[in-house]
Amino acid sequence: MNPESLLSRRVQSIKPSAIRRFFDLVNEMKEGAISLSIGEPDFVTPWAIREAGIDSLEHGHTHYSPNQGFKDLRCEIARYLDRRFGLRYDPDREMVVTVGGSEAIDLALRALVDPGDEVVVPEPCFVSYLSCAVLSDAKVVTVPCVAEDGFKLDPERLRAALTPRTKAVVLGFPSNPTGAVMTRDELARVVEVLEGSDCIVISDELYAELTYAPATHCSIASFPSMRDRTVVVNGFSKAYAMTGWRIGYACGPAPILAAMNKIHQYAIMCSPTTAQYAAVEALRSCDEDVRAMVEEYDRRRRVVVDGVRKAGLSCFDPLGAFYAFPDIRATGMDSTTFAETFLSEEKVAVVPGNAFGAAGEGYVRICYAYSIDHIEEAMHRLQRFTEKRVR
Amino acid sequence: MAQRETILALLEKDGRLTAARIAVMLGLPEEEVADAVAAMEKEKVILGYGAIVDWEKTSRDPVTALIEVRVSPQRGQGFDRIAHRIYSYPQVKSCYLMSGGFDLMVILSDDSLKSVASFVSERIAPLESVLSTATHFILKKYKMQGVEFTPRTEDDREVLPI
Repeated sequence: MNPESLLSRRVQSIKPSAIRRFFDLVNEMKEGAISLSIGEPDFVTPWAIREAGIDSLEHGHTHYSPNQGFKDLRCEIARYLDRRFGLRYDPDREMVVTVGGSEAIDLALRALVDPGDEVVVPEPCFVSYLSCAVLSDAKVVTVPCVAEDGFKLDPERLRAALTPRTKAVVLGFPSNPTGAVMTRDELARVVEVLEGSDCIVISDELYAELTYAPATHCSIASFPSMRDRTVVVNGFSKAYAMTGWRIGYACGPAPILAAMNKIHQYAIMCSPTTAQYAAVEALRSCDEDVRAMVEEYDRRRRVVVDGVRKAGLSCFDPLGAFYAFPDIRATGMDSTTFAETFLSEEKVAVVPGNAFGAAGEGYVRICYAYSIDHIEEAMHRLQRFTEKRVR
Repeated sequence: MAQRETILALLEKDGRLTAARIAVMLGLPEEEVADAVAAMEKEKVILGYGAIVDWEKTSRDPVTALIEVRVSPQRGQGFDRIAHRIYSYPQVKSCYLMSGGFDLMVILSDDSLKSVASFVSERIAPLESVLSTATHFILKKYKMQGVEFTPRTEDDREVLPI
């Protein structure tokens, strides 16, 4: 018997991606290479949060939590979303605490999609959206977000992608990989288009805290007409540097959240108890830690954008997340060739833009969740690399 | 934070930052940063630049002590005159006027335990207005000026397609 032949067609349809191969290459070269490819904060979780986790363990809080998460945490999340983004949710009926934002995206798609339903995914985007949509039997319809539009979702392109079979649109702003942020006015034009359809928006807002002046985050769910047709996905990984704790959440209309809770209950049971205790502390007392990290990211952001431009590459001004997405076409290379050559010649790892969808071709993603010294050395090597190549 | 305070906060963390580097980090013209730093040096807002050293890793391993000093303030001079007489010795690295059970906190660094002890008994204790001293030797330094002595330096993040 060949076990491989027994795999579901759905799973088999997800091919090992080019990005996987590239990351294997980076891993092989880990020693001596400078990476700007890791998509997570370099900061360690603020001490007060770690201490809360330790304290919960010392008190023996080592059991399951309620399926949808501790009530204390859900109430804190409700207060936080209201205070920061003007979003109001009932912590009992409209919320689930998940294993990171990724689980929340998966739950939302699985709760909504029937085979053949269409899911619109603006690209370039976080690598999970497409695969999660495929795993939920969706037909994926991609919409390119292009540099000319500041990598934002163009309402007309969205309109053209919507059909009567569109079940959901996955929005990811501030964006991984481009760093684009959509303003309230820009979202308003997207909302106008969506009002003419019956689809749900799954809004991945994991990077909501990481915006830089003049940008601020606006949640699409804060539009009254969108409130009951949006699932907001957020979490602690990026804002509080808590990636390894695996904790996030989703909020939205009660019937959808009940369905998501149903899947979560059977597939996951509950999110990690220690992480939930830590997350309560994060929301209660760590605004200042977040502010300090955002300030530091902002400085690094300027160093990266300045460095990339000095290397002769054009770079859109990213106002969110911790990524820059420079245009590398002036080197005459495609994304993959650029990333592989840069890695082999200068030992610096950046991620080819096409790893985030076809719309990312011609760009690379540079993560600046690294120390300034590290970034400056990488920028120095980038300038040496492009010197002989930029036309 | 106002611009000057932002620059100071950066320099307090890393005194080697050049004006050019700060300018890029804050999105300001280089000249503006250079002028602000020069002005603050002139106004003695910035008093100096130094390195944070773990002397234990060197051939020299000085002894550091905290000395609590109780003094009777002098008419018309308060504590300033007696403080001046103490902090003017080069061995005194820091000197603060304190609230609470004692008046001056003197941080002293010298080559040996013996030299610290004799400095206290010969230089500080005999001063007229000094009522008493209590000397505490530092056994181990964990963190100084915001810097941990055994920092976590290696980047152990996994390379994942995220």
